[in-house]
Amino acid sequence: LPSFTGEIRCEAPNNKLDKFTGTLTLRGEKYALDNEKMLLRGCTIRNTEWCFGLVIYAGPDTKLMQNSGKTTFKRTSIDRLMNVLVLVIFAFLALMCLILAIGNGIWEHDKGYYFQVYLPWAEGVNSASYSGFLMFWSYVIILNTVVPISLYVSVEIIRLGNSFYIDWDRKMYYPLNDTPAQARTTTLNEELGQIKYIFSDKTGTLTQNIMCFNKCSINGKSYGDVYDMSGQRIEVNENTEKVDFSYNPLADPKFAFYDHSLVEAVKLNDVPTHRFFRLLSLCHTVMPEEKKEGNLVYQAQSPDEGALVTAARNFGFVFRARTPETITVVEMGETKIYKLLTILDFNNVRKRMSVIVRSPEGDLTLYCKGADTILYELLHPSCNFLKGETTEHLNEFAGEGLRTLVVAYKSLEEDYFQDWIRRHHEASTALEGREEKLSELYEEIEKDLMLLGATAIEDKLQDGVPQTIETLAKANIKIWVLTGDKQETAMNIGYSCNLLNDDMEDVFIIEGSTSDDVLNELRNARKKMKPDSFLDSDEVNIQFEKSSKNEIIIPDEQANGVYGLVITGHSLAYALEGNLELELVRTACMCKVVICCRVTPLQKAQVVELVKKYKKAVTLAIGDGANDVSMIKTAHIGVGISGQEGMQAVLSSDFSFAQFRYLQRLLLVHGRWSYIRMCKFLKYFFYKNFAFTLVHFWYGFFSGFSAQTVYDEWFITLYNLVYTSLPVLGMSLFDQDVDDRWSMLFPQLYVPGQQNLYFNKVVFIKCMLQGIYSSLILFFIPYGAMYNTMRSDGKAIADYQSFALMAQTCLLIVVSVQIGLDTSYWTVVNQFFIWGSLSVYFAITFTMYSDGMYLIFTASFPFIGTARNTLSQPNVWLAIFLSITLCVLPVVGFRFLKAQLKPTPSDKVLLKIKEAKKWPPPPSPKRRLRRTSTRRSGYAFSHQHGFGALIMSGRNMRPKSPFATTGTFSPNSDKYKHKGL
Amino acid sequence: MKNKTSFLPREGEAQPSRCPDNSAFKQQRLPAWKPQLTIASVLSSFFLTGAFCLAVGVCLVVSANSVREIQVDYSDKCSDCSKLRENSSNWNKECHCSVNFTLKEDILGDVFMYYGLQNFYQNHRRYVISRSDAQLLGRNVNIQRSYCTPFSTYRNGTPMAPCGAIANSMFNDTIDLFYSRNSSVVQVPLLKTGNSWWTDKNVKFRNPESYNLSSAFAGTARPPYWQKPAYLLDEEDERNNGYVNDDFIIWMRVSAFATFRNLYRRLRRVRHFAEGLPAGNYTFRISYNFPVTRFKGRKHVILSTVVWSGGSNPFLGIAYLVSGTAATLTGFVITGIHLKLRKKKTYFQKQ
Repeated sequence: LPSFTGEIRCEAPNNKLDKFTGTLTLRGEKYALDNEKMLLRGCTIRNTEWCFGLVIYAGPDTKLMQNSGKTTFKRTSIDRLMNVLVLVIFAFLALMCLILAIGNGIWEHDKGYYFQVYLPWAEGVNSASYSGFLMFWSYVIILNTVVPISLYVSVEIIRLGNSFYIDWDRKMYYPLNDTPAQARTTTLNEELGQIKYIFSDKTGTLTQNIMCFNKCSINGKSYGDVYDMSGQRIEVNENTEKVDFSYNPLADPKFAFYDHSLVEAVKLNDVPTHRFFRLLSLCHTVMPEEKKEGNLVYQAQSPDEGALVTAARNFGFVFRARTPETITVVEMGETKIYKLLTILDFNNVRKRMSVIVRSPEGDLTLYCKGADTILYELLHPSCNFLKGETTEHLNEFAGEGLRTLVVAYKSLEEDYFQDWIRRHHEASTALEGREEKLSELYEEIEKDLMLLGATAIEDKLQDGVPQTIETLAKANIKIWVLTGDKQETAMNIGYSCNLLNDDMEDVFIIEGSTSDDVLNELRNARKKMKPDSFLDSDEVNIQFEKSSKNEIIIPDEQANGVYGLVITGHSLAYALEGNLELELVRTACMCKVVICCRVTPLQKAQVVELVKKYKKAVTLAIGDGANDVSMIKTAHIGVGISGQEGMQAVLSSDFSFAQFRYLQRLLLVHGRWSYIRMCKFLKYFFYKNFAFTLVHFWYGFFSGFSAQTVYDEWFITLYNLVYTSLPVLGMSLFDQDVDDRWSMLFPQLYVPGQQNLYFNKVVFIKCMLQGIYSSLILFFIPYGAMYNTMRSDGKAIADYQSFALMAQTCLLIVVSVQIGLDTSYWTVVNQFFIWGSLSVYFAITFTMYSDGMYLIFTASFPFIGTARNTLSQPNVWLAIFLSITLCVLPVVGFRFLKAQLKPTPSDKVLLKIKEAKKWPPPPSPKRRLRRTSTRRSGYAFSHQHGFGALIMSGRNMRPKSPFATTGTFSPNSDKYKHKGL
Repeated sequence: MKNKTSFLPREGEAQPSRCPDNSAFKQQRLPAWKPQLTIASVLSSFFLTGAFCLAVGVCLVVSANSVREIQVDYSDKCSDCSKLRENSSNWNKECHCSVNFTLKEDILGDVFMYYGLQNFYQNHRRYVISRSDAQLLGRNVNIQRSYCTPFSTYRNGTPMAPCGAIANSMFNDTIDLFYSRNSSVVQVPLLKTGNSWWTDKNVKFRNPESYNLSSAFAGTARPPYWQKPAYLLDEEDERNNGYVNDDFIIWMRVSAFATFRNLYRRLRRVRHFAEGLPAGNYTFRISYNFPVTRFKGRKHVILSTVVWSGGSNPFLGIAYLVSGTAATLTGFVITGIHLKLRKKKTYFQKQ
């Protein structure tokens, strides 16, 4: 190998998964390289011990990474709003400074000029206007506390704390693979409380990607349901007794089946049952692998097939080995070698596959399995009665969201077959029209089939997926499923996890293959959902005309019912093009559920981008595989399901956990709390800084606009850092308006977050007004109380230091009471922080104003004695009390009256919870999902083109004989007799 | 394009589980008190606050009304002197004026005499910082480095003691009170010490150490507007001289507002004045040294008694009465709204 020298010329790295061109020049010869010869990153090679390969693209150049889109720095909407608000605050600051500067100019002109006898102007100042100009900058320094610099730090701390809660949550820990939830990004928490659109992958996210042989119908009899003694159907749970397969040493121990009657039928040598399982063990393209005797592993192209073959294996029809010409099956302990004559492979048009085998006895049989709709056309008329019964069963299976296949067989005449196989050989070697000729031949032989029954495979959903989806839907979150699977599979899952149901008015299917078709289909859908939306008077249309195309934000439109939309990747490609984009967004967003099937990773990202662009909504993408990376990166929040498949999704995600069902806890509990906490924090933070700073502004009017501060400079330094930081941090780390059970039980509580109701520009203005009001109280009450009065011992009280101390004490108590009012969940920590901050304030104040401090640091602590002399006065405390009352009581009254007179929907829910709390405990959310069974095809088969040809060619068959010795077993042997009965 | 690899649990026995701790803190289940705005708590807070405010308001108004106060604006009454003082070259000319007033009733109890200044911006930032606390502690410091400029040193380098704009602008009128009793005029005995905070007098202000005060101030000069150096502020009382002079200390405690009053003297309750100030005719004899007309300032002299809540300022009492009334009224409004809403609710429930 080291002597290998060759040259590869290939195209530049790109994101086309299905195309590759290149040439390999080796020893002067040129070999063409195409997609068939490529292995994409993330692929697993099966049934291959070793191979030589050459890395063509690596790292970011791989097709997969090219598809994953670029990583963008994610910010939350609150971040963006905060940036705007900080600019607004800067403007406000400039305005205040300007007013004060002009005031200073006027004052210096009118009064300061004459006051120069006692206070000459500073050096270099020779006119009032210049003094005003200087004062502008002085006030910028003094009032800059209105710009919340520590806000950003605090916000990050809060987010970090709330991220830790996600990491620590035991209810999001998955014990089976020891995976706790993980917040990989610590800056997006509050956005979790505002999600409006969820984009979900299907495989591995909604489903476990485990197929389970769940039910079957054999010869008109349905197996798989469990009944109790009285004949009532009972729900399968962990306690239900599993069928004992111990009689079969080759059985797969992981396989679980609950209906004992099927085993009995097998043991009783029921002919159709045996034939049914024989078919399942013969008609497939599964590769067996038996590295150790008895330890069979099946390599199936599609998990469906694997499930069917495994079922047959457990029931005593063990598919043991295959060669290009033979299939070895251990039938009820008896090894039989069937001659495999041909495989009539699966494809999307045929929707069926067949094998023709010759049994050891010499019988020629065609076994066929496929979609019911297709297979029913090919049945022999004698099966009509059975067909009716099977159809009933199929409906039942499909109603439960199972993936069904119909199986049938046909005995062949030797002569006819020889003739057919000859023609088949001719056709398969034909140079022209090979495909058509072959399919004609297939059609010819696959007819007059005898119906055997039907299989039902459960595409195992992850635990709690339907309940989660129901809860999220109640929280007004729209769920879009973006999957690479086929339409049938996707819709099937849609039904089984309750995304789609029969209560829906309609499920639109967009599968047009031209731009116009897609447009028409979308328009028709919209016409049905909201006929008014085509009128010129429709407000959205009016808005379209007004605004230019690039900055349209489509408002939410209400459809006249509940609708679903299914769109295929092909149509999506058209719909994502220029002028159809808007149409797609308008139509799709009116539907409750949107399923996009057969989409590429890039399209997933494009869909997310589309919604982000036209909707003012927060999006979340959840997925587990490498193909979800692009959408995870694009969405506002990406969630990775960890554990099942690789780490790419998790590595590019913002949050990760092991089960889809944890999403509801992440959003409804953690997200909601984070959002509420963040909003409360911001409201309070802006309030406290406004109340703090604006007092300086008012004082400016009374101190000759001289940039004199109201408070002691130490207080200014410590206010944000020590006195008020911990209580608000405590609130924003611990606050809960209702606990987690209630927020899961009333998903409606999530809606205010989506509508961004708790913190927006209006709320900010309100905070500002409240801050201005408080600052007025905080200045004028101490001013009025001190003006021209004296202490109770006759000494003067209105000195600057006493006033400063009084104003700052008022302020600190007022903001502490305000945080107490905002805190709705007083834990020990909150108590400690709030009372602690107040005590620390008094402790620090008395310390700083003490004799010792003054004598050591004379210049730094000139307020000596102020605390002792001032805080001993009754009228000082009366003024403080009055300020608190006037600042806080109106807020109490306003909040109470607002909740009484104009209750928001969430107020009503909170009221309901309050009522309900009187009767503990809250009812545990136990709902049974209602299934309706209307006729629809439950057919689903997840693979595309079979690899029958590969098997027949025998190219990748290792010449390895199956283990010759097998433990013989028989269900009728004495050992097992008593168990079977 | 998707190839699944089966998940192999890599968890060994030795590896500790990654399961988060089940602590109340980590699971956000800390026990907590959950206060809520209920009608009971809201109404009780409004009514209780209202009642409290009304009660306090009444007390404050009553006690403020019981304060006797006499305020005399002498900036116009001594117009001759004020004109004289407008010209700074007359700084060393003495100027006296008298202001008469009559007390119809006795003023009983402690009586305090204040001087009040109006439009004097003691709270101007540059004024407030224009002092050297270290110097006032008697330390030998380089006042050039303090904020005293331009009142720190004379041109010849002699430092001012005390330095700074505050000290320089010290109020230096002297006011004496005379009582006309049966055609004989008696000077009302007034105390000039014990008017400042204990901490100021004993901690914040100290004279420089030396064998006597004048030598302690050697090498320094009086501020330009002063008529005499600091060590001559009170020649009679050693403990009221220099930096620890009460008038000086009080002046150095700058006011928060441009209109303010400072305690000047207290009535010494001896002889005729043991009960307070008896009714009769009084005269303030003022030595007018402090010019205010340039910046439209005004000067007052005030005699006042005090109560537990301070002086005669009615603001706090009225504010309490208004707030109490408002809180009570709001309480009634809330009750009304609540009852109306509840009626409506039961009405709907009946339907």
